[in-house]
Amino acid sequence: MVSLVIAEHDNKTLKDATAKTVAAAVQLGAPVHVLVAGQGCGAVADAAAKLTGVEKVLVADDLLYAKPIAETMATLILSLADKYDTILAPATTSGKNYLPRVAAELDVPQISEILKVVSADTFERPIYAGNAIQTVQAGAGKKVITVRTTAFKPAEVTGSATIEAVAAATDPGTSKFVSEALSKSERPELTSAKIVISGGRGLQSGENFKMLEKVADKLHAAVGASRAAVDAGFVPNDYQVGQTGKVVAPDLYIAVGISGAIQHLAGMKDSKVIAAINKDEEAPIFQIADVGLVADLFRAVPEMEEELSKLGY
Amino acid sequence: MKVLVPVKRVIDYNVKVRVKADQSGVDLANVKMSMNPFDEIGVEEAVRLKERGKASEVIAVSIGPAQASETIRTALAMGADRGILVKTDGEVEPLAVAKILKAICDAEKPDLVITGKQAIDDDSNQTGQMLAALLGWPQATFAHKLELGDGKANIEREIDGGLQIVEVKLPAVMTTDLRLNEPRYASLPNIMKAKKKPIDEKTPADYGVDTTPRLKVLKVSEPPKRQAGAKVKTVAEFLGKLKEAGVL
Repeated sequence: MVSLVIAEHDNKTLKDATAKTVAAAVQLGAPVHVLVAGQGCGAVADAAAKLTGVEKVLVADDLLYAKPIAETMATLILSLADKYDTILAPATTSGKNYLPRVAAELDVPQISEILKVVSADTFERPIYAGNAIQTVQAGAGKKVITVRTTAFKPAEVTGSATIEAVAAATDPGTSKFVSEALSKSERPELTSAKIVISGGRGLQSGENFKMLEKVADKLHAAVGASRAAVDAGFVPNDYQVGQTGKVVAPDLYIAVGISGAIQHLAGMKDSKVIAAINKDEEAPIFQIADVGLVADLFRAVPEMEEELSKLGY
Repeated sequence: MKVLVPVKRVIDYNVKVRVKADQSGVDLANVKMSMNPFDEIGVEEAVRLKERGKASEVIAVSIGPAQASETIRTALAMGADRGILVKTDGEVEPLAVAKILKAICDAEKPDLVITGKQAIDDDSNQTGQMLAALLGWPQATFAHKLELGDGKANIEREIDGGLQIVEVKLPAVMTTDLRLNEPRYASLPNIMKAKKKPIDEKTPADYGVDTTPRLKVLKVSEPPKRQAGAKVKTVAEFLGKLKEAGVL
């Protein structure tokens, strides 16, 4: 049988999350198809066709999917589901939104946020904010899976899949997209950046995040935050790293003024190297940090920016 | 309008969970249990709707062991009107939870169901979406702000890139994100009052739902441990260590 991966994109570019989900799908051993639902998304379909391991790309190009919502996405996926044994999506806020609907309509459980493909029907997934890892085996019937993208390396781009148009499904008409306010940033995306620098309550204000931004710009890093900093209104919600925010696993994660609650650690503890700056020597973040700087961040961060300049960054 | 709020009894968010030595699960013996924090936000939102005169009745539902009645009492103390406890001792997967909730919705006919976006034990993030699908209702997950209109609601959602607003026709399912509201602490008089509020006791069989798990948990293991590294005093040493590690 065949696996279907639902692509994540913005009608212009295919997101990295898709390449990682394809990589997970390939490990199941069955041929992989990718569904691109969007409007004017030809370039995205072309990019998906190049991913190694993809056999066919299905494109549903329709006004209905210009800004896809859960109801229209689920209906479209269900209209294609007969041909597929496994349906996978990245565990992003969109994948998490539509995929459980698909599972429920197919009367199968969803396996959320897999970290590892153990075999074609057995997977590892995190529970309790990643403080335990569950190994689960799917039963009979279709498998519906979301993929924790930080756990998989993106598929390479050596493929040349065929591209096939598919019809839009009917709109249930119960909901509609109204508007969105997206954060604009020149910096790399939090979930795919090689370096992430995050601030916590210790930053004391949104204004002070500018210090982190300066360092981030030198290092081509993304800026993140702890829940406390988001709740306090220092930065928008899409900065949040943690159990219920974004999960990141960069080469270097620098935690500044973050104490290290387990909910935050859940979102970053798979980073290759963790560095922490905190004036409290007892802060739990130091228990998992590879490098810890015990210092006042208001002195250390500007100094770090200066030092980096001297080093030619 | 009627609002239904499912509430789950989970390990308290402050407890450090321990994986059992035989890898059969996590140790729940003598561990503090509380209402799932996202469900608390759901109860708060429902109670605020009632206080603003938008909701006529708030029903709290919990599916779990006998002690889940305490979780319902917490919701009642926060201001919910009555409870339904669907008693079962085994593990209940999100799909089975959604099926039980669907049967309750068929009977109670709420206009809005507010669930937490995920439970902090299994971190599945499925129940609300599955319930909406089974009912054929629209959904708004990860809600940041709710505005009720006539037969519809505009709901602002937290998404990866920022915020998004969707309009859903009622009845609908909404799942809560962290910043929808800040849940209240129940006052002592309200805790006393909650003791007199009714809780209906049911079983999954009453709703014709088979809760046998469909996924087989082969084992539950510890994640790889990270070791604490070097602590340094100066920025120069700090950057030096990062260079040594090859990440700068």
